[in-house]
Amino acid sequence: MSQNIPGTAKKGIHELGAETKVGWDEVTQGVVLEPFAEPVKDVAHIRPEERNYTDFSSYTATVASWRVLKPVYNSDICIDCQNCWVWCPDTSIISRDKQMLGIDYDHCKGCGVCVEVCPTNPKSLLMFDTNENLDVALSQWPEKKKKEK
Amino acid sequence: MAITSIKNLKEFSTVNERFEGAHLLCPGCAHSMIVRELMNATDDNLVISTNTGCLEVSTAVYPYTSWDTSWIHIGFENAASAISGAEAMYKARKKKGTLKDPDAPVKFVAFGGDGSSYDIGFQWLSGAIERGHDFTYIVLDNENYANTGGQRSSSTPIGAHTSTAQAGSHSYGKTQKKKDIVAIMAAHGAPYVAQLAPNKWKIMAKGFQKALDTEGACFINSVSPCTTEWKFDPKDTINVADLATDSLMFPIYEIIEGHELNILYRPKNIIKVEDYLGAQGRYKHLFKPENRHVIDRIQKDVDAKWEYLQRREEARV
Repeated sequence: MSQNIPGTAKKGIHELGAETKVGWDEVTQGVVLEPFAEPVKDVAHIRPEERNYTDFSSYTATVASWRVLKPVYNSDICIDCQNCWVWCPDTSIISRDKQMLGIDYDHCKGCGVCVEVCPTNPKSLLMFDTNENLDVALSQWPEKKKKEK
Repeated sequence: MAITSIKNLKEFSTVNERFEGAHLLCPGCAHSMIVRELMNATDDNLVISTNTGCLEVSTAVYPYTSWDTSWIHIGFENAASAISGAEAMYKARKKKGTLKDPDAPVKFVAFGGDGSSYDIGFQWLSGAIERGHDFTYIVLDNENYANTGGQRSSSTPIGAHTSTAQAGSHSYGKTQKKKDIVAIMAAHGAPYVAQLAPNKWKIMAKGFQKALDTEGACFINSVSPCTTEWKFDPKDTINVADLATDSLMFPIYEIIEGHELNILYRPKNIIKVEDYLGAQGRYKHLFKPENRHVIDRIQKDVDAKWEYLQRREEARV
């Protein structure tokens, strides 16, 4: 069962059975999955992009096929408040050095929580169809809403 | 203990995540928000055990793991006893000097859903808290067995529709009240017991840091709005949590050493429980005229609980 997910080279989370992995019949009691290629000390001090993940870490998988709508990020309006980062359930908001950099479309399931918690006017994140072109989406951004009196 | 700065969200956001995406929790699930917040609140090494439940089945789907820390799952009920054993072994090996890296700071954490903590794992949890192992137990309280199709648990509030306490012409859903597990755990004399909510991220992160920092068995009950079984739109997870805390259905407070109660969040405008109930499909039937008395009863219970908490805080007993 192979899934073709547009825009990503990663495997679908349900796509099991790579050569190194054994089936349930061969699994011995007590399975250990190693997320890193070598023993790591102090993971909390290593940036995710500098970590050496193995195929066993779900970081290397994707759930992009779940998505119906995707959040699109408009960096012109964003104030880097990081509300979307703290409440993203899927670790899909990429923030480095207090800056919001963008969205990890491999892991985003399109729940829309980030759009709900975005405080700017107009919002810096909006939901679009998952196949929508990013430039087209950005060109359709709404104007600032006036306060209702 | 090395803790992450949570002075403001910008500083908090500089931590390196240890909970990976592509787990199989529903879109908009609050479980992963709470887990991420706990793991981001500290940069110590973490040893985590998890009861069976949504979190366990979704984050360790063979052959993937979403955890970048030591993580173990054994049975439905025994996250608390598994982590007790790990902690006892760690202490013993530290004493004997057989640890590879004795100076590395380690924290022990156990996660459980409300089914595995309020019901099935209650005895194991109670035992571990009583023995006073140095760990933190966190309940992801979504008020039902969401993993198996939304059966009632002893955390389900009165009036809620679940698949085993259905609302219909002869029933208004669950007829029993929610178990007050925070009070039960405080009665164990645990050094730190708290009820928190993910929408108040700072209070929650502070609570987690306090619990991790406190020696002894600490207990945290966290509301975790469930988009599937509470029946609301996935994007509204934080909005529903806001309604829960502002209507005082989930008051946010801590109890230190079993007696010193502090209310951590006082809503500026306390809203009616109707607003909270109306936002969820599982309470839809309560708005029929014949079920109005249940809403009135819930409001009465919530008011009485809030009064009780305020008096406890004042009395310092």
